[in-house]
Amino acid sequence: MEKNIDDFMEALLSLNRVAARRILEDAASIDKISFIENVVIAALERIGEGWKSGIFALSQVYMAGRICEELIDEILPPGDPDRKDQPKMAICVLSDHHKLGKTIVYSLLRASGFDLLDYGTMEVEELVQRIKDDKIKIILVSVLMLHSALKVKHLKEKLDSLNLDVKIVVGGAPFRFDKQLWQEVGADAMCSTASEAVLVIKSVMEGSL
Amino acid sequence: MIKDNMTSLQRVLTTLGHKEPDRVPFFLLLTMHGAKELGLSIEQYFSKSENVAEGQLRLRAKYRHDSIYNFFYAPIEIEAFGGEVIYHDDGPANSGEPFIKNFQDIKNLKIPDIKKSACLNKVLKSAHILKEKVGDQVPIIGVVMSPFSLPVMQMGFDKYIELIYERPDLFSHLMKINEEFCVNWANAQLDAGTTAICYFDPLSSTTITTKEMYLKTGFEVAKRTIAKIKGPTATHMASGRCLSIIEEIADTGTAIVGVSVEENIQELKNSCKNRLTVMGNLNGIEMRRWTPKQTEDNVKRVISQAGAGGGFILSDNHGEIPFQVPDEVLMAISDAVHKWGNYPLIY
Ligand code: B12
Repeated sequence: MEKNIDDFMEALLSLNRVAARRILEDAASIDKISFIENVVIAALERIGEGWKSGIFALSQVYMAGRICEELIDEILPPGDPDRKDQPKMAICVLSDHHKLGKTIVYSLLRASGFDLLDYGTMEVEELVQRIKDDKIKIILVSVLMLHSALKVKHLKEKLDSLNLDVKIVVGGAPFRFDKQLWQEVGADAMCSTASEAVLVIKSVMEGSL
Repeated sequence: MIKDNMTSLQRVLTTLGHKEPDRVPFFLLLTMHGAKELGLSIEQYFSKSENVAEGQLRLRAKYRHDSIYNFFYAPIEIEAFGGEVIYHDDGPANSGEPFIKNFQDIKNLKIPDIKKSACLNKVLKSAHILKEKVGDQVPIIGVVMSPFSLPVMQMGFDKYIELIYERPDLFSHLMKINEEFCVNWANAQLDAGTTAICYFDPLSSTTITTKEMYLKTGFEVAKRTIAKIKGPTATHMASGRCLSIIEEIADTGTAIVGVSVEENIQELKNSCKNRLTVMGNLNGIEMRRWTPKQTEDNVKRVISQAGAGGGFILSDNHGEIPFQVPDEVLMAISDAVHKWGNYPLIY
């Protein structure tokens, strides 16, 4: 298993799609879900952690996520019954126009076998409406600007006033630079890397968040 | 030079020469706070050169820092290319939808003519006004986006990463256009009275690109571009990391490097080996909620780690202090530098 993870990571970091596909195809014939869980997610997590500690660059995080998303979409198409039985979730960029954080998290969650809706960029009002209409249970919010991060507070207030039971998971540069900001704006969790979202979603599924 | 009665410019030049001036120079890199001073919205404030000049002068009189920052907002260059800028009431202007929609658009991209660009001329005009007012007392800092970092706003971040990896031919073409524009834009600002150019290059930071990639891309671009800028430059990583590429940054010919709170400033300073002046690295985002005590402690800590021997300018770690940072914190930074920044340092 360890060797699988190392090889797969190596293939991703060197943008070697062919090698990544070969490793995936070899292993996925045995059990694709457990391969995704144990190899794909593990590799992406290590790359995310490596970015956090300054070993890997964002360009690698992004390209790794994209390659995995493409491969996983082939072996596990959207809507495949093998995709996880999971709470309904959506992702958006709040207020600003910086989509890369959202794109990375979206790719990574899909590569990890989750399904989620992509709302694009939204302001608080329309976001609340969509969450209500779509019966969303976890809303993942990405921002790049500080003033956008502060808007999560309004989102929280609006959701509370409608008694909607939704977990707010936030991420993006302002939250990385001020470690208390997520609590100040009333989020339920903050992720410093995209791959941390997998753990947070699992905690929600287990009822511990 | 009278050591304890230096002008801001003398103070900065002394530290750039890796000698200790009378006290640690500090740059409060404020942009939107000028609008607060003048009671204007951010959009109104940046609509006229006179506002920005007046705002900068008032801020300097208030906080007694060592620079004038003639920076409007990064996407002003996008405006010059014909792209969209979106204003906010409580934060910086951002670029809108990228105007390079697909890779092929790069081939038809035209270099903006600075003389004909109304938005860029606003910046040149405020540089003129400021130069007339402050003469050689205070350095006036102008800003350019590096040719390597600008494409994020021109074409979107994801498409740009793909371009770098997958279309080196079109990447080179885009760099050629952006380099020419960047050099023209920097030199026009210098001609208008700007003292030094801050070259914003966070894409070169190892937060975003690998060192290996940097050596092939951002490094070569910076070497070519900085060589043609006819004045001193400061390379800013906009709070991205750079410890492992610090030697290369020095090799690009820049004089100053703006560094992140995510790296240890003492280590950064040591790695510069007197080839670069280090500028940084107060956490601008966290600063919003600092108490006076925390502010003083942070200023004191950074000075004690990086101040000795000069080669150091105290500032925030991004090159722009967020609009939400209260005046009290800014005043506390200034007070702390005046209290703890006098050379010789006593701790
Ligand atoms: C590169 C950079 C630039 C480049 C490109 C910017 C861009 N994307 O458009 C340039 C030079 C153009 C630039 C310009 C500006 N910048 Co800038 N820039 C950066 C830098 C170094 C990286 C930004 C980036 O895009 N990173 C890539 C994204 C994907 O990273 P990320 O948000 O951290 O996301 C990761 C994780 O956080 C996580 N994640 C993100 N969202 C989510 C969501 C969930 C649910 C989860 C689970 C995880 C998750 O996953 C991602 C991958 O692991 C940051 C500082 C830094 N060290 O991060 C400043 C920064 C973003 N810039 C900032 C600012 C202010 C600006 C300007 C507005 C300055 C100005 N006045 O003009 C302009 C605006 C540009 C524009 N687009 O209009 C500020 C924003 C905060 C603030 N002060 O309000 C920052 C944070 C710097 C700082 N420390 O203050 N910038």
